[in-house]
Amino acid sequence: MSFEPKILGFLCNWCSYAGADLAGVSRVQYPPNIRVIRVMCSGRVDPAFIFKGFEVGADGVIVMGCHIGDCHYLEGNYEAEKKFAMVQKFLKLIGMDNRIRLEWVSASEGARYGAVVTEFTEHIKSLGPAPTGSDNPDQTMLTKLKAIKVAASGERMRELVGRQRKITEEENVYGEKTDMETFLKIFNSAIVEEFERAQILISLGEDRKSVKALAVELQIDPSIVLGHMTILKARGQVDFGEIVGITPMFQRI
Amino acid sequence: MAKKEKKEEEEPRIGVFICHCGSNIGGFIDCKEVAERAKKLPHVVFTQDNLYTCSETGLAAIKKGIREHNLNRVVVASCTPRTHEPLFRACIEEEGLNPYLFNFVNIRDQDTWVHQKVPDKAFIKANDVVRMGVAKAEKLEPLDKIIVDVTPTALVIGGGVAGMTAALNLSNQGFETHLVEKDNRLGGRLNGLYKLFPKDQESSELLDALKKKVENNPRLKVYTSATVKNIEGFVGNYEIEVEQGKNIIPLKIGCIIVAVGTSLFTPEGYYGYDGEKRITQSQLEVKLKSGTLNENEIVMIQCVGARIEERKYCSNVCCMTALKNALIIKEKNPNTHITILFRDLYTPGSYYEEYYRKAREKGIVFIYYNPEKAPKVEKDTIKVFNEYIGEEISIPYDLLVLSVPLVANAENKALAQMLKVPLEENGFFLEAHVKLRPMDFATDGVYLSGSAKWPVDITESITQGYAAASRASTILSHNTLEVEGATSSLPEYNKALCTGCEVCITVCPYKAISKNEDDEIVITQVLCKGCGVCGATCSNHAIVIRHFTDEQIMAEIDAFGGK
Repeated sequence: MSFEPKILGFLCNWCSYAGADLAGVSRVQYPPNIRVIRVMCSGRVDPAFIFKGFEVGADGVIVMGCHIGDCHYLEGNYEAEKKFAMVQKFLKLIGMDNRIRLEWVSASEGARYGAVVTEFTEHIKSLGPAPTGSDNPDQTMLTKLKAIKVAASGERMRELVGRQRKITEEENVYGEKTDMETFLKIFNSAIVEEFERAQILISLGEDRKSVKALAVELQIDPSIVLGHMTILKARGQVDFGEIVGITPMFQRI
Repeated sequence: MAKKEKKEEEEPRIGVFICHCGSNIGGFIDCKEVAERAKKLPHVVFTQDNLYTCSETGLAAIKKGIREHNLNRVVVASCTPRTHEPLFRACIEEEGLNPYLFNFVNIRDQDTWVHQKVPDKAFIKANDVVRMGVAKAEKLEPLDKIIVDVTPTALVIGGGVAGMTAALNLSNQGFETHLVEKDNRLGGRLNGLYKLFPKDQESSELLDALKKKVENNPRLKVYTSATVKNIEGFVGNYEIEVEQGKNIIPLKIGCIIVAVGTSLFTPEGYYGYDGEKRITQSQLEVKLKSGTLNENEIVMIQCVGARIEERKYCSNVCCMTALKNALIIKEKNPNTHITILFRDLYTPGSYYEEYYRKAREKGIVFIYYNPEKAPKVEKDTIKVFNEYIGEEISIPYDLLVLSVPLVANAENKALAQMLKVPLEENGFFLEAHVKLRPMDFATDGVYLSGSAKWPVDITESITQGYAAASRASTILSHNTLEVEGATSSLPEYNKALCTGCEVCITVCPYKAISKNEDDEIVITQVLCKGCGVCGATCSNHAIVIRHFTDEQIMAEIDAFGGK
């Protein structure tokens, strides 16, 4: 039997969901792989929803909203764009960024809705099942995916995404503006750092582990792991459990 | 009410109704089997398939199900929530359930209609989406609609023909109305016009009559040389500051009508425009009004600075304006030569088309020009490539009149921000829906009329003035109004999660989120439109988006995965 991908779609109520209904009214035929979750605005799509979708076995996730400038809520789709960009950067770390898509479909674009869904379904079909897919998921990938979800749901990433437009488009109280290049530099390094920190937290689980052991397990330089430990300790997420010989063992709080 | 509260506290008891929609759904998939399978889902205690769930019989079946099986959640799988959700919500409310304890599953528009060739797969999809819908239904919470008082007063911004018409209509209905005009006199564009098409009525005649009615209306207060400085509040309860000279006038307002009209475009750099020998149609109107037109060789060029890359739109009124002015000139002095160079002539409807025919009868010459080979203006002649004869011709002129588009006011942006409403790409105001809600904005209690949204002629301005007033009166005529309960909130149990980072304040497009004097985040429910961006952004997951909560959506995703 040929591979039938499982596709999860998040559609905004006002444009894309209406566009999908119009596809129905116009009897536009498209592959039956997509399952739709209706949200009021594409900006409502929490990055965690997308990661969760993969966790439960999606082969592809598509988010659709109103065209830029046409958002029912003025600027919700700009926010969707920012969140989506972060999701993409995270998924790139595990080579799954080609399994997500952000598309603008208006209420009058029934045919386009059909075309977008068809194209995306074909694209996912050509990629084959996601490594995190439901039948026999790759456990290492699944753990990494969980780490990504933890990282993206943390305060630092969420604040950076939430403030991106304000930081890069407006001046702060001192009249300073951060250019996109500088912002992206901070943003990109935050993604890597938070991913590593989340991996550390997940690896620790209920156990106590040394920096060295974690470094070997996660294939991250020990000095970097130590740096992460300092931050995680300051955030109140890890602490010393015991000292074995001269090696401090860390545990989660 | 006691019954209602009791029901909602109990364990979820979900009823699932699968609609055949005649043969629209039932003709492709086995609805009975979908209902059978739904029976096995958690918390589902009753399922049924109906020929038409939205029919009286279908609605009665839902009510019967609620009564007999003590249902406290209802799921209907049928067409689309966009058309039928209100009906089913009302139905369960009549049976004593909170209307928000209803969930819609789309198995027609997004299933059987679009997978007609693969009904077996459409069947699988129907089961999947029903499972997802039930999962969400289990997590649904009752919500209350919010009731707010309405101040029965209106503010009309812009004292042109649309604004005056709207203001007069509202005040005649008995509502106290405030009309704010930035100029030192009422009338807007009417002030600059000589005669009006299609009946050649003197514009001053119409204007004077309108002004008289406005000035004599005891419930209508006019502020000239005034602008709106600040807008706070929400539908039914706006607090406005109007600035007039050095005075700031505070107003309490229920509804706002935007009728700010348009600005004139000065065609600097187009066809040698100089304001003397080469002028615009509005400058021509001034000459006609003052009787100072002596020129005999007149050429008009249409679409100057319109329908081009940086200004793509058609300004709507210029074809008729050119025809009208040409005819007025011809009538006064039949020996005048008038040539109109056009790209397309729009004269819709019987009146306007008759006007065009009359112009041809009077000997006005119409020549098509190709925008790629635009006319060349020389000192006393205009050279234009005539597509029909395939060569360039010269036309002598002593007056060149350019038909320029009406453009959006520069102040629109600031006003749009105050009102929290959108502008389209050319800077005009953008309505909530081009067909379904042409006079509304998505923001409740704010309406739109006249050229503020698109250049329109006087007839259309008057029509829209009435239309906007009528829309506003649907709010103003009630003492209270109900607003959507599915909004964002910072519930008591989540307050400890809030770090006060204010990211939510930054992303809220409606200024619904603020900090109170105790430095706590406060969400003004009535301002919130429920988009949910704040919840998806909140750095510590403290904000809950009611009816689309994280928990509910996560449950849907879990069900998608088959869990």
